[in-house]
Amino acid sequence: MLNYVSKRILIGILTLLAASIVVFIVLEIVPGDPARLMLGMNATEDAVQALQQQMGLDQPLLIRYFSWIGGLLVGDFGKSYTYSVPVLNLITERIAVSLPLALISLFLSTIIAIPVGLFSASRRGTMTDSGTMAIAQVGVAIPNFWFALLLVYVFAVSLRLVPAGGFPGWNAGVWAGLKSLILPSIALGLPQAAILARVTRSALLDVLGEDYIRTARAKGLTRRKVLYRHALRNALIPVLTILGLQFAFLLAGTIIIENVFYLPGLGRLVFQAITQRDLIVVEGVVMLLVATVILVNLLVDLSYALVDPRLRGRS
Amino acid sequence: MSAPTEWQANISKAFSNRSFVIGLTITALLALMAALSFVWTPYAVGSFDILGKLKPPSSAHWLGTDHFGRDILSMIMVGSRNSIAVALVSVIIGAGIGVPLGLWAAARGGLIDEALMRFNDLVFAFPALLSAVMITAVFGPGAVNAIIAIGIFNIPVFARVARGAALSLWPREYILAARASGKSSLLITIEHILPNMMNILVVQGTIQFSLGILAEAGLSYVGLGSQPPMPSWGRMLFEAQTMIGMAPHMALYPGLAIVITVLGLNLLGDGLRDVLDPKMRRERS
Amino acid sequence: MNRVWKSALAASALVLLSATASFAAKTDLVLGVVLEPPHLDPTAGAATAIGEIVYANVFEGLTRINAKGEVLPALAESWTISEDGKLYTFKLHKDVKFHDGTAFDAQDVKFSLDRARDEKSTNPQKPLFASIDTVEIVDPLTVKVTLKQPNGDFLYNMGWAAAVIVAPESADTNKEKPVGTGPFKVDNWAKGSQIVISKNPAYWGTPVALDKATFRIIPDPAAATAALLAGDVQAFPVFPSYEAVPQFQADPRFKVVIGTTEGETVLGMNNKKPPFDNLKVRQAIAHAIDRKTLIDGALFGLGTPIGSFFPPHHPAYIDLTGESAYDPALSKKLLAEAGHPDGFKTTLKLPPPVYARRGGEIIAAELREIGIEAEIIPVEWAQWLEQVFKGKDYDMTIVSHTEPNDLNIFARDNYYFNYDSPAFREVIKQIEATSDTTTRTGLYQQAQKILAADVPAAFLFQLPKTGIWDAKVEGLWENGPIPANDLTAVKWAE
Repeated sequence: MLNYVSKRILIGILTLLAASIVVFIVLEIVPGDPARLMLGMNATEDAVQALQQQMGLDQPLLIRYFSWIGGLLVGDFGKSYTYSVPVLNLITERIAVSLPLALISLFLSTIIAIPVGLFSASRRGTMTDSGTMAIAQVGVAIPNFWFALLLVYVFAVSLRLVPAGGFPGWNAGVWAGLKSLILPSIALGLPQAAILARVTRSALLDVLGEDYIRTARAKGLTRRKVLYRHALRNALIPVLTILGLQFAFLLAGTIIIENVFYLPGLGRLVFQAITQRDLIVVEGVVMLLVATVILVNLLVDLSYALVDPRLRGRS
Repeated sequence: MSAPTEWQANISKAFSNRSFVIGLTITALLALMAALSFVWTPYAVGSFDILGKLKPPSSAHWLGTDHFGRDILSMIMVGSRNSIAVALVSVIIGAGIGVPLGLWAAARGGLIDEALMRFNDLVFAFPALLSAVMITAVFGPGAVNAIIAIGIFNIPVFARVARGAALSLWPREYILAARASGKSSLLITIEHILPNMMNILVVQGTIQFSLGILAEAGLSYVGLGSQPPMPSWGRMLFEAQTMIGMAPHMALYPGLAIVITVLGLNLLGDGLRDVLDPKMRRERS
Repeated sequence: MNRVWKSALAASALVLLSATASFAAKTDLVLGVVLEPPHLDPTAGAATAIGEIVYANVFEGLTRINAKGEVLPALAESWTISEDGKLYTFKLHKDVKFHDGTAFDAQDVKFSLDRARDEKSTNPQKPLFASIDTVEIVDPLTVKVTLKQPNGDFLYNMGWAAAVIVAPESADTNKEKPVGTGPFKVDNWAKGSQIVISKNPAYWGTPVALDKATFRIIPDPAAATAALLAGDVQAFPVFPSYEAVPQFQADPRFKVVIGTTEGETVLGMNNKKPPFDNLKVRQAIAHAIDRKTLIDGALFGLGTPIGSFFPPHHPAYIDLTGESAYDPALSKKLLAEAGHPDGFKTTLKLPPPVYARRGGEIIAAELREIGIEAEIIPVEWAQWLEQVFKGKDYDMTIVSHTEPNDLNIFARDNYYFNYDSPAFREVIKQIEATSDTTTRTGLYQQAQKILAADVPAAFLFQLPKTGIWDAKVEGLWENGPIPANDLTAVKWAE
């Protein structure tokens, strides 16, 4: 087991390292110069060069890569070209929006999907089951940004119940902040709930087909009791796996939704930073997201291994 | 290898499967609409009528007009070509590179297999959309680059599916027999392994196709997909955003087109899976 | 009894007090801005978003530009100009302090001007300072600036945001913690959401009416509309959505002011690259564009057509739109004469603003009518600057030139139009050396005519400034001579 864990962790670190090289090289060949962008159309050539020097852009590629990586190792993400503040400060400011958004969406999708999946599985083959699953099927097909547009039209433009976009900052109060996260979380969470509900249902049905459930049924437990007492617990593993993947997806999926609602989150930060060629910020955020995905995958793998020892041998 | 009788049985099974029939109908209608748009649309999508802009649906314009006075129905019809082309080509890229990689890894095992799995880990570690944004930042927005961005993410998916299926096939008796008779692993892969996983690949292809439609719409929505004058569903939604108070129909219909298309493809995929590969797990994400 | 009286009195006093408080005019204002500034130092960045926060509010220069585009005294209370127009002597205001308490004097002026034109300078408008030869301190309140040659625009140039006076102690940290001499100081900047400025009690000049102003960053037009309607934002000096304007015009709670800007919007063409090196091709393109359709389609009717590179609100403006009137038949004829009877294929690179993206779609459709297939290539600003502006790797592009007084870009060496006209250069040289208004007007008109005849670019429209604010807010600029939200005269009506 220990062997397996250390191997997985080593692979995670290597992947992260490879990712850092990929990100750095890709962004290196992006056309556009942050210094020129900052100084605009009337800037003289020598002013642009002076600013490039200030930003450290005149250093050779390898030196910049190693100083960046070296900084990351001690938690220093570097200094933003455009904002000239530490990248880490920018990231922590933005995470205060993105993380709650991802968590609320995840929460929403879970509290909707699991009961729906249970409900559908317990009425397998009935009209209610196929009706529910048909709705879920449609939900899977809805692009979250379009759903977001419809929500904005109904609740913000027509009914004016919630703001159409923007974020007042947590300083304006928890409720004001939450209020502007309501529509975005619904837009992100509901299509995910549709996926999760389908997974929950089929996982339950799979478990229900297994021997020990049949035994329990034979012992005289009612179908519903079996469902709640045995099947749900065992079906939770695949469901949690999907949840783990969804969390990573949601954190990245906030990119589009944050653009629809103009939330100052990580996604908008990346978008902005790319257009401003504030590459060190892009690199920092991408590394953070990649690290999150790797970490979540690692945890999922490990939990699998804990549950099913046979998997430990497999890579 | 499938005998002809098995195919006949599959076809009759398929047409009694509700998902398959509905999915196939929607997909066929979509293909028909795209084909029709080459020869006929209610209005030309290149013609602007600024005075007739933002008109709600009417008998003249069934789905209304956009901010340039263009007919939205015509735009959706022509836009379907764009969605289909991007999604299809990126599936072909993904399968064309991913399947051989997966088969190779399964046949050779060892270091090559390990390298492929690590490559998969690397690609999967990047949130897809973020990478698409970076790719288009390098190469500029456009349909071709959207195809590349989506295609790259299809590669590990197909590689993984092909590898998994191949690994489960290699220990089979008839393959061991073929091996014993001295056939090379390349030959065995081509003659036995690949034909026996076509079902799974078709199902996965349908799923990736529908994900490709969604991904293209997302990229176009943030301005990174195909560019004007080619109409695109995602960009139509982007343009509708600022006018949602005045012309909600601009946002409604292109979105419905996406939902119906993706729904059709998903149903088709589910139906195909039920028919071709009943043992395959029902989960997908 | 006595006690009852007392408390009754106290109570009524309290009521009175709170009543007066609620009747007194509000002293805070929330403004919406579309773009977040990268930082707040106007001497180190060109972004208009910087000027929109700090100009006249936080930082001041020797002179300042007012809402009408006129030059007024600011930190310099007066000046004299020598006979030959080369020596400017500025008399500075006394008792002026920076926000951090340090005193302002001639040292700071010399420091700021020398810093801007230094070899290591990263000033975005370095050319503004190019004509300065020396800056000398006469006494703490007098500065002498000697120019290399007379410059009729010098006082105007000193009023730009990039020419504000900064202190040596704080110059390097102004990006994050701006320290100026203005009537407001920056309190707080929550990245991605808002910037708060508040009244500077130690201000040397006329005190401002507002105690606090918040600039809320709202890039999304739909959110901007909603924020105004909900009263979350009380003023949007540059409203981002042309299509939402009629809705506010119909609402008595709001004042809608369609003003002018210095944004001449052009279809730039690469004058050295075939086929655009042929005047007839450029004329054909200009005649193929219907400015009315363009303005209706891209700006929902809110721009003013221009026929040359000059703002319509300027006294020296002449209307030359007739020179390139919409005439597709003439376009086809010109194309045929130029040897392209069937048109040709080309590209059109479009930066992000909506006027360029939407306008580009319309122009591409109009060019298709005369046989020119223009492939649309959207680019970000960084790419535009690199490829089009610096690399001149383009055929056509659409961009709004928003700097004031920028007629001279067509006389610059190596500018992205690749336009080279000795006659035009000569006129610009004369303008720069002249301070007499009548002579200047004549020269300006001559320059406009040369451009309209040479068609180095197709001249499209003057970008409007769509200001929307609460009907009770007074004193905001109607026009946008420079990118600024000057709050010095802003107050709430009683």
